Amino acid sequence: MYTFSNRLKIASFILMAVGVLGIGIGFMAAPSTVEEAKAIVAGHGDGHGDAHAVAEGHGSEMEHGDALDASHDEHLLHQLQNKPWAALYVAAFFFFMIALGVLAFYAIQRAAQAGWSPLLFRVMEGITAYLVPGGIVVFAILALSVAHMNHLFVWMDPEVVAHDALLQGKAGFLNGTFFLIRAAVFLGGWILYREYSRKLSLAQDESNDDSNFKLNFRISAGFLVFYLITESMMSWDWIMSVDPHWFSTLFGWYIFASMFVSGITVIALVTIYLKARGYLPDVNDSHIHDLAKFMFGISIFWTYLWFSQFMLIWYSNIPEEVTYYVTRIADFNLPFFGMVAMNFLFPVLLLMNSDFKRTNWFVVMTGIVILAGHYMDIFNAIMPSTVGDQWYIGIPEIGSILFFTGFFIFFVFRALTKAPLQPKRNPFIEESKHFHY
Amino acid sequence: MASKVIHAFYNDDDVLMHAVKKVKAAKHHIEEVYCPFPVHGLDKAMGLAPTRIAITSFMYGCVGLTVAIVMMNYIMIEDWPQDIGGKPSFSYLENMPAFVPIMFELTVFFAAHLMVITFYLRSRLWPFKEAENPDVRTTDDHFLMEIEIHDNEQELRDLLMDTGAVEINITEK
Repeated sequence: MYTFSNRLKIASFILMAVGVLGIGIGFMAAPSTVEEAKAIVAGHGDGHGDAHAVAEGHGSEMEHGDALDASHDEHLLHQLQNKPWAALYVAAFFFFMIALGVLAFYAIQRAAQAGWSPLLFRVMEGITAYLVPGGIVVFAILALSVAHMNHLFVWMDPEVVAHDALLQGKAGFLNGTFFLIRAAVFLGGWILYREYSRKLSLAQDESNDDSNFKLNFRISAGFLVFYLITESMMSWDWIMSVDPHWFSTLFGWYIFASMFVSGITVIALVTIYLKARGYLPDVNDSHIHDLAKFMFGISIFWTYLWFSQFMLIWYSNIPEEVTYYVTRIADFNLPFFGMVAMNFLFPVLLLMNSDFKRTNWFVVMTGIVILAGHYMDIFNAIMPSTVGDQWYIGIPEIGSILFFTGFFIFFVFRALTKAPLQPKRNPFIEESKHFHY
Repeated sequence: MASKVIHAFYNDDDVLMHAVKKVKAAKHHIEEVYCPFPVHGLDKAMGLAPTRIAITSFMYGCVGLTVAIVMMNYIMIEDWPQDIGGKPSFSYLENMPAFVPIMFELTVFFAAHLMVITFYLRSRLWPFKEAENPDVRTTDDHFLMEIEIHDNEQELRDLLMDTGAVEINITEK
């Protein structure tokens, strides 16, 4: 049995406390009137002119004609008010996505009846325990958006929809009620599978036949079908719809690749941590090697999707599509291309060598870069349409990351203490123990 | 000078693996092992030097990438600039995304094909080459371990019988 060390627990509380402070400062600093917003921007020098380009992307703002200047200032105010919300949302979604990626990986291992991974099942189950608290936080942020507490999702503003034929056409799908119903169905389904599979996994330890294992196999295969559909729709709802005019047909896959590689990276990091603490005695280099191979492979897969999405839009150069990348390259140049270096070049070069995949500190180092890179990926997906060129990685962003790091560590490691770290009666446990490359 | 070698036959890869470990432990040099299929971990057990084919593959990939860049630059930018979809046609860098699939494909093409050719050359394999395996059964269901004899025929014979060999032959090489 794993015991949650006091040091780690205190560290997680400190992270949460510092994070709350950062988030609080972010909300306090956000302007409440147009004058304050203008003062903030004037204080920072230029930036005022560039915000215009983002305003155009929304189309609806153009309707105002003469009142453009006033609407422009209003827009700036909304961007600055969005900043702490967007920072919170990006971090909340990022950590939730890690747990969801691990859940998909876990379901694949179950459905494939993989022989190498049963030793890591409890680690994965520990990480997916975060789905409940993490899901509640994400749902709360979405519900507050629907309640007009912020302007993250521009299509939720009836004023905007009234002047926008495209959004009126989409209103059957993109409306607050249906949006929240969908979110509840997605979260409910994922959490239900997680809890049920965990129950069967624990029951298998005490049982004297393999019926729990077989049932787990069947529900995992079924869950993967549900997951791939809901994950894709979730990515349209929670991420793509911040830019309600723009769409990409491979967006679901793209977000999936991001969450999958982040999830696998966290499995590797938690496993290495537990191993270093003297737990998981039967986990050997080959298990880490396999996880690192997945980190390497899925990083390339992510790049493939990132580039596929980019190239088609860049090549066809259709105005309503290409604005997505124009804003990113103009206003987010460093995070946008820096993310490709972190998510592609780093893992490819560092993890290419077979021996490096077995070296723990190498995997940890690359893993941290990958996680930071995929945070940037979500950052680049949300920020351009919510805060535009007013983005900055400052106190609210870092505060949110710290808070959710602590929140994540607390719930994951608390779940790890609930059951023995090594499954007893999994039929493949012997194969997993003797797994070698 | 012709040397005498001992050929020990096995009919199971697990038995073979244990035999190889035992023979290595007794400090005999194993000349070669012939198998009908690749046996996982056999190279490590025999103490063979790690393969360097991955390094050659990386270098071939770099060559492929370079060829793609030079080729597309010559074809699409220098020799006959083409205006496709209104993209700037006099700058390689600004057209680069369009060439990424070609860069990727040629990297893979060069790495894969040249790696296979290197493997054939290094293994001295070419079309119509006479088979080198000393017994046809090694292409079917038997494994063969070859050890050179240095006036220790009886000792080797006992050791190999002990490891579970199903047949032992002595031949001139």
